[in-house]
Amino acid sequence: MAEYQNLFTTVQPTGPGSMGIPLPRGDSQRVGTPFFLHILGRLGNAQIGPIYLGWLGVASLLCGTLAFNIIGFNMLAAVDWNPLQLIRQLFWLALEPPAPSYGLQIPPLNQGGWWLVAGFMLTTSLILWWTRIYRRARQLGLGTHVAWAFAAAIWLYLVCGFFRPIMMGSWSEAVPFGIFPHLDWVSAVSLRHGNLFYNPFHALSIVFLYGSVLLFAMHGATILAVSRFGGEREIEQIVDRGTASERAGLFWRWTMGFNATMESIHRWAWWFAVLCPLVGGIGILLTGPVVDNWYLWSVKHHVVPAYITSWQAPIDPALLPQVIPKQVPYPGP
Amino acid sequence: MAMLSFERKYRVRGGTLIGGDLFDFWVGPFYVGFFGVSTLFFALVGTTMILWGAAAGPTWNLWQISIAPPDLSYGLRMAPMMEGGLWQIITVCALGSFVSWMLRQVEICRKLGMGIHVPVAFGFAIFAYFTLQVIRPVLMGGWGHAFPYGIYSHLDWVSNTAYQYLHFHYNPAHMIAASLFFATVLALSMHGGLVLSATNPKKGEVVKTPEHEDTFFRDVIGYSVGTLGIHRLGLFLALAAVWFSALCIVISGPFWTRGWPEWWGWWLNMPIWGHQV
Repeated sequence: MAEYQNLFTTVQPTGPGSMGIPLPRGDSQRVGTPFFLHILGRLGNAQIGPIYLGWLGVASLLCGTLAFNIIGFNMLAAVDWNPLQLIRQLFWLALEPPAPSYGLQIPPLNQGGWWLVAGFMLTTSLILWWTRIYRRARQLGLGTHVAWAFAAAIWLYLVCGFFRPIMMGSWSEAVPFGIFPHLDWVSAVSLRHGNLFYNPFHALSIVFLYGSVLLFAMHGATILAVSRFGGEREIEQIVDRGTASERAGLFWRWTMGFNATMESIHRWAWWFAVLCPLVGGIGILLTGPVVDNWYLWSVKHHVVPAYITSWQAPIDPALLPQVIPKQVPYPGP
Repeated sequence: MAMLSFERKYRVRGGTLIGGDLFDFWVGPFYVGFFGVSTLFFALVGTTMILWGAAAGPTWNLWQISIAPPDLSYGLRMAPMMEGGLWQIITVCALGSFVSWMLRQVEICRKLGMGIHVPVAFGFAIFAYFTLQVIRPVLMGGWGHAFPYGIYSHLDWVSNTAYQYLHFHYNPAHMIAASLFFATVLALSMHGGLVLSATNPKKGEVVKTPEHEDTFFRDVIGYSVGTLGIHRLGLFLALAAVWFSALCIVISGPFWTRGWPEWWGWWLNMPIWGHQV
């Protein structure tokens, strides 16, 4: 009665590590001698390394490390260079963008200037990494699908930290670097613009977020369930359909009347994963520059009922002309 | 018959859990089975109740139709039909049809000689729904703590419930769940992208192999989890996301009743930090 269910790899044969398929001319050498970690082999491949660095990888890591250190040292400065307090308050600490009074100007370093520098370094690092992914795929003769999926994530990052602040005319609209501070930013943006749940692009983005999790659970489980027929050899199953693909397809056809193919399930996966940050970015870009209050927008379009208000219309203090944010003079180095 | 070219040889008898051969047949592409019948029964009753509730409600606007749970004053008792009784019946029907659907998947797995990973995974989703609509309301002593059935009304419930705890993003289980959700999407994009990039290479190139896939990810990040491992990893990430989502809501109320930012006080006040200001 008890049947074998593929959960973990129980027997791990080990041989010499793979150095990867030969590189084309013009590429530098891969670095690192591959080694094996038994615990990883329980789940997937046990081999770690080698890695291809190349100048794109080195430059990207350099810029990323620089951004990480700028953020870290600003946090350390905020706790008066006390390492114990850095650990204690790590989740609360932030490198904040410039104050609203600076608009899109470049402020002194300790007034948000470091935020601009760190953001520039991180963005450079991400774009270099994107180029590296694109180049690695091309050098190995692969398609560039992974790079374009990564581009969708970079789009959302740039909308939050660059495009929207520019359209709002102020760096202060951007996301701070920090664990709790960036969560505070999410809540503040939502509350300021009438609850992001009423933003249809946010709703669509959540659909693709949950949809992606649903798809990966369905796909991962299906492939594991037909692994006894070699289902994890997906490329082979795509070009030469075997009984694993047939059973996997029939499972869903008999369950819900429809099935993907071994190739098309990966197209569903790619599109769901890509559309999540893509439409999410559209939703954030509209929030403020185009739509000020998503609740009022939704009432106007008869999506939600107009709840009876028992309170006075609130006044946004930021819109009062006499309130001008105080300019803090830079004390000098 | 709506059959695929290779389908006939797979349509064999057996594998049922209940009912023997009685319901062992197909309708169009759908397998029926005992649990197909019970799924259909619960789905029909539940949908009818929703339509009844909508008809009795103030609007036919699809976005605004909502069927609310009983008022908190009813506690965990049965409520009159139009006072939340409909919601109670719909919830029973939903659970009945979800569990039936899962058991029907088990029957199909057995018929096709597959592992039962899919119905087990679906069980996690049912468990999360059960946590939201049954476990947490029972622990808190009122069906009124469950969410209403409506497109925008359930979003309002999420918003309102979250702000009852001041700032839900500070809920540690919610932080882990959200991270797992994003990690799942990341892993899915990389897996989908990798398989498509190997089978759809540059014009004129031949289809690539798993060795190319492994090499690509080893070149980029120094590790490739492999063709089998990525499906284990993806399934794990997805189920962990669902598990922590259920956890983050069931601890809100039954375990912690104040603002979630306040919960972190234990960390800030640990004795290892020395004397505090």
